[in-house]
Amino acid sequence: MNKTTELFAPGHRGCAGCCDALAAKFMLKAVGENCIVVTPTGCLEVFSTPFPESAWNVPWIHSLFENTAAVASGIEAALKALGRKNDTKIMAIGGDGATIDIGIRGLSGAFERGHDFTYVCVDNEAYMNTGVQRSGGTPFAATTTTTPAGKASFGNLRPKKNMPQIMLAHGSPYVATTSIAYPKDMMRKVKKATEITGPTYVHVHAPCTTGWGFDGSKTIELGRLAVQTALWPMMEIENGDITGVHKIRNKRPVEEYLKAQKRFKHLFSIPDGAEIIKKIQELADWNADQYDL
Amino acid sequence: MSSKLCIGGIVEPGSTVINKTGSWRTFKPIYHHEKCIKCGICELSCPESCIIKTEDGYYEIDYDYCKGCGICSNECPRETIEMVLEEK
Repeated sequence: MNKTTELFAPGHRGCAGCCDALAAKFMLKAVGENCIVVTPTGCLEVFSTPFPESAWNVPWIHSLFENTAAVASGIEAALKALGRKNDTKIMAIGGDGATIDIGIRGLSGAFERGHDFTYVCVDNEAYMNTGVQRSGGTPFAATTTTTPAGKASFGNLRPKKNMPQIMLAHGSPYVATTSIAYPKDMMRKVKKATEITGPTYVHVHAPCTTGWGFDGSKTIELGRLAVQTALWPMMEIENGDITGVHKIRNKRPVEEYLKAQKRFKHLFSIPDGAEIIKKIQELADWNADQYDL
Repeated sequence: MSSKLCIGGIVEPGSTVINKTGSWRTFKPIYHHEKCIKCGICELSCPESCIIKTEDGYYEIDYDYCKGCGICSNECPRETIEMVLEEK
């Protein structure tokens, strides 16, 4: 007998220590049952809805990678046309591949049209569902199956795409970045985003035990390290102005974060590893400086 | 004609509960309630939503679903939760 009162039910097939399951749980906890969720293909969709089962205790629809935001727009428009929009929240929850790479055109269109919905990107920094291929969210120097580190390469050559800034450029009234390691912060931001009228965007950093290569018990710890090293700045941007920044009390060196994961392990053995770590530290310092963390 | 159209896969909400993921577990979390300060961090940080508040304010684990990831034990500020190798 299932005893939980959570809207995201147990029994789903997420890995032990899954970040997406945590993200889904926090989002539903924050928004409540009066919401409609759209999820494109990805880890979250695959493990939460193995046919004929569903872990979602709210209305939920599966879309393609590329039309998540379009499906959410359609739901919003339909509810409005039927006069049933009331205070029903519409939430699209995509992974980094679905958001940053494949779905960005549909997402851009939906934000341009100004539909009243919230898009949440759960960013675990690669295509984890299909076996850790590089995405636009993969950070600099991380090894993935399509950017393997070896004699000819140190891993991913390009820096992570700054998706929140892209969404901000659409004139969104609310753009926020958060992490599953800070549940209260995340729940507050997701709730606020759904309450604001217009297209709002929340980008959630989510450490993936399988793809990043760390023990399942460290999911939240790794998320916290990303924030404490300033590699993942958490902030709120309302109508174009930064209105809230998560201040770091004890800033930690990036080595601590990198050392804990297999995808950065090569940086500690290859000849020019120290130089690459220095570059990653520069990225963190730039964040700290830019956003006054 | 319309009767032949597929309406898509419609499933019952929350129906994954029929799948008892507790069988995945290698390490089993055990509470030592004497150290517990009832902060609820374990409940919040459980990806399976299988930590439940009891009437006396402590927490218990629904072993039907616990996959033994150990996040609760790792996040507990008072080391209340011990992970022990499960023998079945």
